[in-house]
Amino acid sequence: MRIKQNKLKSHPKNRRVDGVGKVTGKAVFAADQMPGHLLYGAVKRAHVPHAKVLHIRTDEARKCKGVHAVLTANDIPGAHGFGIIVPHQRVLADDKVRFYGDGLALVAAETPEQAQFAAEQINVELEELPAVFSPEEALVSDAPLVHENSNLLFEHTVHHGEGETPDTAINLLHTYRTQHIEHSYLEPEAVVAWPAEHGGVVIKGSVQNLFSTRRSVAAVLDFPLAKVQIIQATLGGSFGGKDEVMTLLSCRAALLALATNRPVKMVNSREESFIESYKRHPYKLSYRLGADKDGYLKSIQADFIADGGAYASTSQFVTWRSAVQAAGPYRVPWVRARVRAAFTNNNYTGAMRGFGSPQVNFAIESLMDELAEETQLSPLEIRRRNAYRDGDTTPTGQKLPGKVTLIEALENVARESDFEKKWAQYRANKKSPVKRGIGLACSYRGVSLGAEGTDAAGTLVAIQTDGSVIVASGITDMGQGSQTALSVIVAEEFAISLSHIKFLNTDTDRVPDSGPTVASRGTIMGGNAAYDACITLKNRLFHLAAQLYGGNVDDFHLKDSALWRGNKRVIDFGELADKAFAHAVPLMAVGWFKAPKTTWHEEHGQGTAYFAFVYGANAAEVEVDTETGQVRVLDVWACHEVGKIVSYPQACGQVYGGVVMGQGYGLFEEYHQEQGIPQLRNFDEYTLATALDAPQIHLSFLEHPDSLSLIGAKSLGEPATEICAPAIVNAIFNATGRRIRELPASLERVLLGKQLRRKNQRTSLTKEQP
Amino acid sequence: MKISFTLNGKPISRDVAPDKRLIDFLREDLGLIGTKEGCGKGECGSCTVLMDGEAVCSCLLLCAQVQGRHITTIEGVQSGNELHPVQQAFIETGAVQCGFCTPGFVMSSAALLEKNPEPNEDEIRRAVAGNLCRCTGYSKIVKGIRIAGKRMREKS
Ligand code: FES
Ligand code: FES
Repeated sequence: MRIKQNKLKSHPKNRRVDGVGKVTGKAVFAADQMPGHLLYGAVKRAHVPHAKVLHIRTDEARKCKGVHAVLTANDIPGAHGFGIIVPHQRVLADDKVRFYGDGLALVAAETPEQAQFAAEQINVELEELPAVFSPEEALVSDAPLVHENSNLLFEHTVHHGEGETPDTAINLLHTYRTQHIEHSYLEPEAVVAWPAEHGGVVIKGSVQNLFSTRRSVAAVLDFPLAKVQIIQATLGGSFGGKDEVMTLLSCRAALLALATNRPVKMVNSREESFIESYKRHPYKLSYRLGADKDGYLKSIQADFIADGGAYASTSQFVTWRSAVQAAGPYRVPWVRARVRAAFTNNNYTGAMRGFGSPQVNFAIESLMDELAEETQLSPLEIRRRNAYRDGDTTPTGQKLPGKVTLIEALENVARESDFEKKWAQYRANKKSPVKRGIGLACSYRGVSLGAEGTDAAGTLVAIQTDGSVIVASGITDMGQGSQTALSVIVAEEFAISLSHIKFLNTDTDRVPDSGPTVASRGTIMGGNAAYDACITLKNRLFHLAAQLYGGNVDDFHLKDSALWRGNKRVIDFGELADKAFAHAVPLMAVGWFKAPKTTWHEEHGQGTAYFAFVYGANAAEVEVDTETGQVRVLDVWACHEVGKIVSYPQACGQVYGGVVMGQGYGLFEEYHQEQGIPQLRNFDEYTLATALDAPQIHLSFLEHPDSLSLIGAKSLGEPATEICAPAIVNAIFNATGRRIRELPASLERVLLGKQLRRKNQRTSLTKEQP
Repeated sequence: MKISFTLNGKPISRDVAPDKRLIDFLREDLGLIGTKEGCGKGECGSCTVLMDGEAVCSCLLLCAQVQGRHITTIEGVQSGNELHPVQQAFIETGAVQCGFCTPGFVMSSAALLEKNPEPNEDEIRRAVAGNLCRCTGYSKIVKGIRIAGKRMREKS
């Protein structure tokens, strides 16, 4: 028996299920919670990059007005540390301070001002230690150690093709560098914790990955998982950034709530958010590329080093993706890639939209243009000659599954932007001071977690007796629109209107652990799980229908809010639900989706890394004022293959937002630290693109539903942001003939080829220096 | 200090510390949580409210400064149950993602359209240049404002 799948229509008018609440200001974000008897938490932070904790005196703070509790690491009942890979990030520093933003003590008081004041009265005695601020220096043998053992956080290698480096007609050696990036979600981190009615604790906040946060909170409080409930508040953006930093806030607020027996709210100011939260990894990427005289790639040797900062966070996984995708979406018979991440005393780095790919995309796409220049071919032609096609094998030995749409995406943006013509024309313009340029970049990207970890998710679907439906998932909506996407799937399956669906914010007490909402896996994992639940429920309803109205289960289908048998309308969906209830048919189901199998052999760097891939291309047209170095991005053409679009407006939103975030990566943004001290702490200094900077964006989608995904959908959120920066940098070269190998392409770099702001070189304090 | 002003069309009179920021007064004392704090420094526009029809940052205003003024917050832009045309258009164009910046954008746009019912693209972009959005890339916001302007013109 087969339950018929309703055709996913991806209606162009699918509106967000949370739209009205958000435009009216009624949506309740974490900091908007105002329960009675609330106390406010504040943190005493170290504000030095590396130090031994000698003594923390809290007596003055305790005496301050309005103070209910002052806590240090000594007051933590369970584990002091947490972490997804290594549990060494302290809730409060006990032995050592490892970066500027580390916390030492907590205060709960009746007003935020009282809490802040009391925190300032805490007296800490620290012994500053020699510190290290660059990953290269961190790996030198006598470098100061950030943790007990080596500063080498992780190393991955990929080994493809036999023998020594092949001899080639063209050899290019180039090094590229990228910067720290702050996620800059508009909503700073916030949480409220309160003691639970029957023991345990409840935490509601801007938490991205509720289940990993819950594991950490439970360990820190020494509670069983079931006694820790984490509820997602409406999230004001995350982009991968509300993971460990939210675990930290959650643990701290929970400790204070239990110590005071009152609800405790902790909200980071923007400045606190900047200094405390993790960033996107800066990379140094050294390439040696070999090609024949016609521009066909023969070899790539890639050596990357990433700044992991003070804690391991997700660096191991981030750098793994970089290793797997180091050679870009190109056929290369011989590849040697090595990616290392090192501990330093900088802000720690972790997941951010792109997850180890934007750095690589920037470097490899710049390098391909350098090869184009070397061979006097156009950037489009050099990519045509090397791009993956159906059935090609990646450097990890994986045959690309399904249709490879890279060329299709490239040709699409080239055609739409009139690339070849403009590129030749702009290149020839040597006169006017304001020059135009156009650039190209493309990528392939493994979908979801891949061999990084267990990849499964659950979605709960409950039909009410009037035919309305409640949906809840372990996948969180951080603004990207998962709730809408999943609701659309359910609405289509039951053939009911989207307005009859209510989506619940994620709550660890009510939905199955679905792993983290990362890696653009929301729609593919949560959506397939929603689909699975719908099929279970439809099966039950059709069985009942066969009993009640005769015929076979597969004679029935749902259409226009009703049950149909062939072309005869039998009963309204709501009445059917009511009948099902009367016949004791369970109307709730938990759908589950487990990603197809992936494999990985760390020693050889070989394996089926991802079960599916997506492909995309961007073209960017810029105007460069060669007298000021100012770059304006005029137009961006983006083409992405997405499997199947579930909700068209949300898909467009991912691309529009992704492109502008990529523009910031390319041109404006850099979280700059000097000897471990953050040099910018708010949006006056850290520049995000505004409406005046944002280009016109022209997008198109390629749809090739993936057979391994029941709903056909794959990923989009991250591909949308990873190739804009290289397209811009390539366009700047087309305009000016200046190749920028370090991001961001700021005014000075465009004008002078170097950055002026940095006063001294980034060096480390060595052991000899005081 | 007692301050009196008009809030969302209604007179209000309260005892409040004169150096309290308007945003804190709105959110904490009055529970008007639709006004958001994204930076506390006048850089992001999430806290935008209207003062005598002008878009201003409520994180930079002290309560003493609103004495006798007309303040409108996101809670006051609707007329009854009917959404403001900007709100309606934002939903339709997909101008909302996480929604944290949205109230601020609604207020800046409402102020713009009040003064200039037929803004061109550049005027729209300039009017919201003080509002940051990390999610949407601004395209749909700009489109939403244009549509709202058109509808408001047709209505009047
Ligand atoms: S909070 Fe007022 S401008 Fe950002
Ligand atoms: S919608 Fe998220 S910041 Fe604008």
